[in-house]
Amino acid sequence: MAMTFHVDIVSAEESIYSGTAHMLVAPAEQGEVGILPRHSQFVALLKPGEIRVRVSDSGEEHHIFISGGLLEVQPHVVTVLADTAVRAKDLDEAEALEAKQRAEDALANRRADFDYAKAQSELIEAAARLRMIQKLRKNTNQ
Amino acid sequence: MAGAKEIRGQIKSIKNTQKITKAMEMVAASKMRKAQDRMLATRPYADKIRQVMGHVAMAHAEYRHPYLEEREVKRVGIIVVSTDRGLCGGLNINLFKKTVQTMTEWRNQGAEIELCLIGNKALGFFRRLGGEVVANVGNLGDRPRLNDLIGTVKVMLNHYDEGRIDRLILMENEFVNTMSQQPKVTTLLPIVPTGEQALKHHWDYIYEPDTVPVLDTLLTRYIESVIYQAVVENVACEMAARMVAMKSATDNAGDLIHELQLVYNKARQAAITQEISEIVGGAAAV
Repeated sequence: MAMTFHVDIVSAEESIYSGTAHMLVAPAEQGEVGILPRHSQFVALLKPGEIRVRVSDSGEEHHIFISGGLLEVQPHVVTVLADTAVRAKDLDEAEALEAKQRAEDALANRRADFDYAKAQSELIEAAARLRMIQKLRKNTNQ
Repeated sequence: MAGAKEIRGQIKSIKNTQKITKAMEMVAASKMRKAQDRMLATRPYADKIRQVMGHVAMAHAEYRHPYLEEREVKRVGIIVVSTDRGLCGGLNINLFKKTVQTMTEWRNQGAEIELCLIGNKALGFFRRLGGEVVANVGNLGDRPRLNDLIGTVKVMLNHYDEGRIDRLILMENEFVNTMSQQPKVTTLLPIVPTGEQALKHHWDYIYEPDTVPVLDTLLTRYIESVIYQAVVENVACEMAARMVAMKSATDNAGDLIHELQLVYNKARQAAITQEISEIVGGAAAV
């Protein structure tokens, strides 16, 4: 009997894949790792890339793209906790600043009526996009 | 006659309102089902993370992550999850009442408060009430994405890392069933180890790259997923509350129409009677 293990690929938003597999290849931060049944307990951070799940002896494979995450291996169960988006430290930081900015602006217009607030939030979004583009341009010029 | 005509106009306008509330009820009902499915779909991720966290924490009892450590509370961060739109009964107001109550409790203990608001309704409320708002996000729609929340959550996590806040609290609506939603207070940080984490057998993992970054990532993802779950659950609550509110509005409109119909019939009959008696009176005079 061929040895298999169970694979679950889940993200915070939904379950992406679930099934048995003969082998799994994942893009760990320090290079690709291949997991076979009875692998010892293992945890790795994943970078954006492709997960290959071999589901049969004949070499049939599922390809699933993930934008980073975490791989957890137990001898007969493998779980991939996938991120839903590409996560980079500076990108997260930019989002955080934006959220702060939104709050400040919202409070600055304490007496603003509803439509005004809406317009304001749209303006902030546009400004944020502009900032992003400028940042990208700066990076490419360097 | 004028009376009857006016009443007819009134009935018509109420009927139109009834059509709208009826439509909103049905839309909310179908959206609620989808929101509930989405709510269930978020569970495996958080459960899995909790499991892995349990194993890692058991194997590395000596490493104390700041997220796991209780410290003296001088400042409290509160995340409030509200809806973007109204017409959903007392859902938001109940939550805000509970939030204000929680805030008062902490203030009495001498702690300062900072707020992180998710959803437009919370922003509107605290803009009127006042309060230190450090981050906010709104217009998430019916299918909130984790992406939209990352920045907002990051602000609070950063503040916790920097020691600006010593405790992070989440105010959310709990979906009990279609008829009832309960405001709930959850402490996000520090993470208190619960009894269920005492596993029967545990093991240590091989880590790549190392224990610390893995644990950091795990904890951050865990907090994010809990907040995301709350947001998704809130959408289900919103739809359920709106469905119930719109159903009672439709019923009330029905009652109103029924009463007005009776008044209208009486007015019409009175007018006819009067006309006949006028004709009879006129014929007798001839």
